[in-house]
Amino acid sequence: MDAVIDNLPLYWEGFWATLRLTLVSAAFALLLGTVLGAFRVSPVPTLRALGTVYVELLRNTPLTLVFFFFVFVAPQIDIKLPFFVSALVALSLYTAAFVCEAVRSGVNSVGVGQAEAARAIGLTFPQTMGQIVLPQAFRTVVPPLINIFIALTKNSSIAAGFFVTELVAVGIRLANRNAADVLMVLGGVAVFYLAITIPAGILAGALERRVAFAR
Amino acid sequence: MSAVLFDTPGPHTRRRTAIWSLVAGVVLAIVVVLAAVRLAQRGIFDADRWDIFTESTESWEALLRRGLGATLRAAGVAAVISLTAGALLAVARMSSSAWMRVPATIGIELFRGLPVLLLILFTALGFGSSIFIAVVIGLSLYNTAVIAEILRAGIQSLPGGQREAALAIGLSPGQTLRMILLPQAVRRMLPSLVSQLVVLLKDTSLGFVVGYAELLRTSRELRDFFGSRYIFSIFVVTAAIYIGVNFALSRFATYLEKHGTTRAAGGPAKQVPMDSRNA
Repeated sequence: MDAVIDNLPLYWEGFWATLRLTLVSAAFALLLGTVLGAFRVSPVPTLRALGTVYVELLRNTPLTLVFFFFVFVAPQIDIKLPFFVSALVALSLYTAAFVCEAVRSGVNSVGVGQAEAARAIGLTFPQTMGQIVLPQAFRTVVPPLINIFIALTKNSSIAAGFFVTELVAVGIRLANRNAADVLMVLGGVAVFYLAITIPAGILAGALERRVAFAR
Repeated sequence: MSAVLFDTPGPHTRRRTAIWSLVAGVVLAIVVVLAAVRLAQRGIFDADRWDIFTESTESWEALLRRGLGATLRAAGVAAVISLTAGALLAVARMSSSAWMRVPATIGIELFRGLPVLLLILFTALGFGSSIFIAVVIGLSLYNTAVIAEILRAGIQSLPGGQREAALAIGLSPGQTLRMILLPQAVRRMLPSLVSQLVVLLKDTSLGFVVGYAELLRTSRELRDFFGSRYIFSIFVVTAAIYIGVNFALSRFATYLEKHGTTRAAGGPAKQVPMDSRNA
């Protein structure tokens, strides 16, 4: 137990790095994923194809491989990024594929009749989108988005293998230093992760139930 | 194209769409060509950067037999454990006895909320097991929890009449679950289960971080052996192998969703918009 309490500052440092990784990549992934999602529901075939190819490639690639690219391969073609930035880019690009899918299925979940009725009573396209389609799509998208960001929190641990000192990296360092208390030390790391993932999971579940009633 | 957002286009709109599509295509092509030219200027496409793959089979053998072999071995063992234990855990989670239900619920929430990498480290550092065992156990703990939840969702999505009919003909609650509900839930959730296996397969690459010599680790060994001028070709081949295998599995899941699994009451479940929780 002492090993955990004595090293609390180090834990906080790791936790802060994990939080920063998660929040910043979440923002970028949300942005890129929404754009790609818009591509995938757009009437322009080239853009749709681009979105589809991106999603299929990134979904079927292990995140570790994406990290591997930015840390080991990219420097060979003169893209040299600091390790923390590499981690941010890898996490954002990977997560964007999942955001894109959530956005797409959200928009597609809105009944065709809704938009048709909106157009039939004379609403313009911005009105149809802003007042009818997007508010309904948003409800469907939020629970899966929260789940995606839970996954992102856990995925950020892979950065530990690529020279970023976040929670798991702190755990490994402390575990090597306190061989007798390995379980305690790693248990401390686990508590920090659960502090994010379990409340977020409960929130997603609660929202999902509310949406289910609203339909 | 989303049917929700747009009316069926007329000739005017169709022409405008075609023009935009062309413009986007040209911009995209220019970006690709510029990137390719930049790569070519750095000699990435020179034959002497690819000869380890074009002139001998050793590198292929290293990646496919040793690397992919180790990846599939870990994934296979973990998949068998996760599916079996996941079914048991789902049953425990739905048990009427709190002695079974509460620990099962805690276990599921705990293992689902932790990074797989941390679970692997727990096994490797905390219990000092071999690295293969650590990878398998780490993957199994996480995927058991997820598969248990998938099966539970499947059972809950079955029509209530199934359970009522089973109880009415005198089956015990346990028999009802094992003989009637679980088999149908497995059929209904088959697409989700296969998708989860893709996630599991992808997660074996965490072995790279902890030093299990799977596919990605093998590619780095190749780089260390042949020198970093080969890193690009090695990466391309490795990525192609991963994407090929996972893509085939994902397609299989989509196929199951569309075709198979009709023998469950209520038909196959529509796949949850991506198993986002396990992204």
